[in-house]
Amino acid sequence: MKNSRRTFLKIAGLAALGWGVRPAGNLFASSGGGHGSASGVHWGMVIDTHKLTDAIIEKCVEICHSIHNVPTIDSKQDIKWVWKAPFHSLFPTQDHKFLKDLSHHETLSLCNHCENPPCVRVCPTKATFQREDGIVMMDFHRCIGCRYCMAACPYGSRSFNYHDPRKFLKETTPEFPTRAMGVVEKCEFCAERLAEGKLPACVEVSEGALLFGDLNDSHSEVRKLLGERYSIRRNPGLGTEPSVYYLI
Amino acid sequence: MLEKALEGNKVYWGWLGFLLVLMGVGGACYWVQLHEGLSITGMSRDVSWGFYIAQFTFLVGVAASAVMLVIPKYLHHYEKFGKILILGEFNAVAMVILCLLFIVADLGSPQRLMNVILHPTPNSVLFWDMVVLNGYLVINLLVGWVTLQAERNQIAPPNWIKFFIYLSIPWAVSIHTVTAFLYAGLPGRGYWLTAVLAARFLASAFAAGPAFLILATYVAKVFANFDPGKGVLATLGKTVVYAMSVNIFLFLCEVFTVYYSNIPSHKAHLDYLFFGYDGHGVLVPWMWSSMIMGLIGIGILLFPKNRKRDNMLIIASLLIFVGAWIDKGLGMIGGGFVPSPLHEITEYVPTQLELGVSLGIYATGFLILTVLYKIAIGVKREVEIS
Amino acid sequence: MYDKGKVLAGLAVFVGLMTFPFWFNIGTAAYERPKLLLPKDSKECVESAEWMRAEHMQLLNDWRDEVVRDGDHDHVSSVTGKTYMKSLTKTCMKCHDNKEQFCDKCHTSLSVSPYCWDCHVAPKGDK
Repeated sequence: MKNSRRTFLKIAGLAALGWGVRPAGNLFASSGGGHGSASGVHWGMVIDTHKLTDAIIEKCVEICHSIHNVPTIDSKQDIKWVWKAPFHSLFPTQDHKFLKDLSHHETLSLCNHCENPPCVRVCPTKATFQREDGIVMMDFHRCIGCRYCMAACPYGSRSFNYHDPRKFLKETTPEFPTRAMGVVEKCEFCAERLAEGKLPACVEVSEGALLFGDLNDSHSEVRKLLGERYSIRRNPGLGTEPSVYYLI
Repeated sequence: MLEKALEGNKVYWGWLGFLLVLMGVGGACYWVQLHEGLSITGMSRDVSWGFYIAQFTFLVGVAASAVMLVIPKYLHHYEKFGKILILGEFNAVAMVILCLLFIVADLGSPQRLMNVILHPTPNSVLFWDMVVLNGYLVINLLVGWVTLQAERNQIAPPNWIKFFIYLSIPWAVSIHTVTAFLYAGLPGRGYWLTAVLAARFLASAFAAGPAFLILATYVAKVFANFDPGKGVLATLGKTVVYAMSVNIFLFLCEVFTVYYSNIPSHKAHLDYLFFGYDGHGVLVPWMWSSMIMGLIGIGILLFPKNRKRDNMLIIASLLIFVGAWIDKGLGMIGGGFVPSPLHEITEYVPTQLELGVSLGIYATGFLILTVLYKIAIGVKREVEIS
Repeated sequence: MYDKGKVLAGLAVFVGLMTFPFWFNIGTAAYERPKLLLPKDSKECVESAEWMRAEHMQLLNDWRDEVVRDGDHDHVSSVTGKTYMKSLTKTCMKCHDNKEQFCDKCHTSLSVSPYCWDCHVAPKGDK
């Protein structure tokens, strides 16, 4: 038969294209986050900067880092899920020279669980993804450690495991995994505690300075507060729609 | 045609041996990195991309430069580029492989790199970067190999290869545009959040790439008696000076927008790079050197007389290549991450191990480049003789 | 044949390498399933032991995606109908609480090194 090999190759190529249609369709059907649900729960946090004291901040950081096995690394390659930061760092565009001490007033910084998260948009493996309830989650099994999400986050909320974290963990909480070297991590709004009906740990120890609830529920405590007092969010002009509000 | 790479003189084998030693050094450093993690690098929580990604960003541009030979030769029938076209295509192959190696070296969990293919994510620019980089590698391998094979057999290449040659033109533009889009869509990074970033990347690529090709062709001239043809390199020098001029112009546009608008979040990065910020300024001398090198290079290449003189062409190409490398390979990352979104300064300087791994990767790329060039030049010599 | 000596020598090396698994262990004892330390307190697992022996790898893989990505925490046993929480640490290792005497026994003899415990904290004082 003349040209039989050529014909075979042509048919094989067409078959491969045909077989690729359904997977390609599935592929393009999945999009990348950026949709909060109007119905259903949307978790949010309200931080009352008036009630926050240095002692409370320390308790929040301590409890979060201890129950989540966050290592203590004293270098620029550190890992922090929630940390103390001054007003002028979190709100640099609102800072001015007449604020005096208020500019250095310490408050809490953490992942804002944005409704429009740039980190989710850029993750090439969907290792960071947005849940229906608004929480921006980490899938530590899937993360390849490319750190694109860290470049994308405009709030500096993410940390990378440059080291093996277990080298820097004095005590381990056995119920929660540690992470391994080479993945990115951040606050997850204590999703594992929410699954058991508990509040995030930092909220629990905050003596009322941190409030947590359903932003979609107009009768929730957080919604009440947000309706009664002035609040700001970090860099709102970026369109990320953070779910963490700071009462000022 | 591979057998052409197996016959060479002492210099050839000595060079390959030297590169293998460097690859061994790089391999040893990477072994340390696999065990100790990326903690061996100078990266930090604030500067989470560093030398590896910067090299990838720069080399994508050098790879894309093959298009500066393809467009004149195939769209405008500028036959004089015919002889060095294969050098451009094979250079693209080596450079893209370098890019891929640098990306893998930068991954925190490289054993999971198949996840990018197993869980494709079209909204992530990194996914598309993987697609276009690998696609460009395949296109250039295919086109280079098929056309070289045809040349060896002294027949015209098959008609279907024309599709891939024409495809390589927009594809070359796309690889560097997509790489620029990695940076240009990130909301918190004022240095990168500019519409001209892709244009700048392409301009500096079309300057650095042909500059590299000029230098590589001179090396081939000296060590393999390769003759590119009369006036070919001078013409390529024209491409370099035009592209570098556009690059400098676009940069000055950046400078104007940033400084005239006076917006702190955008100014802070150029301040850090060129004047230092809050007492920190490790990159300042580098950035100014890069600017001066670029300007001197342009100054030399503006004059046709200089473009026709070998030593002038070599010096200018070197200056422009190094200047572009500093701008993309050092300034792009440092400037983007410093200061951080919280206006904190954590400077970045690569560590020795990091440079060791990079050296090994560069050596790998040059090994591939040397072997491919040996094949190409060997085939051309064979055809010439017969 | 050209280079007959070299070809035959190369062929011999190739055949030797390819059949290595078959002749390397001649004379040593046959593979014996390791004796595992079974949990003291419970008689039944999430699924049957036979099923688990073959499928626990896939089960854990499925669980980790279902828990982390889908928020689906409940596993219903096909043997007993009881509902368990999908968790390596909080379910499996609550009963199989000695990694060395249980998990490692088979894994080590089969030269398998799963990376679960790089992150999930193994009980009984393991790393």
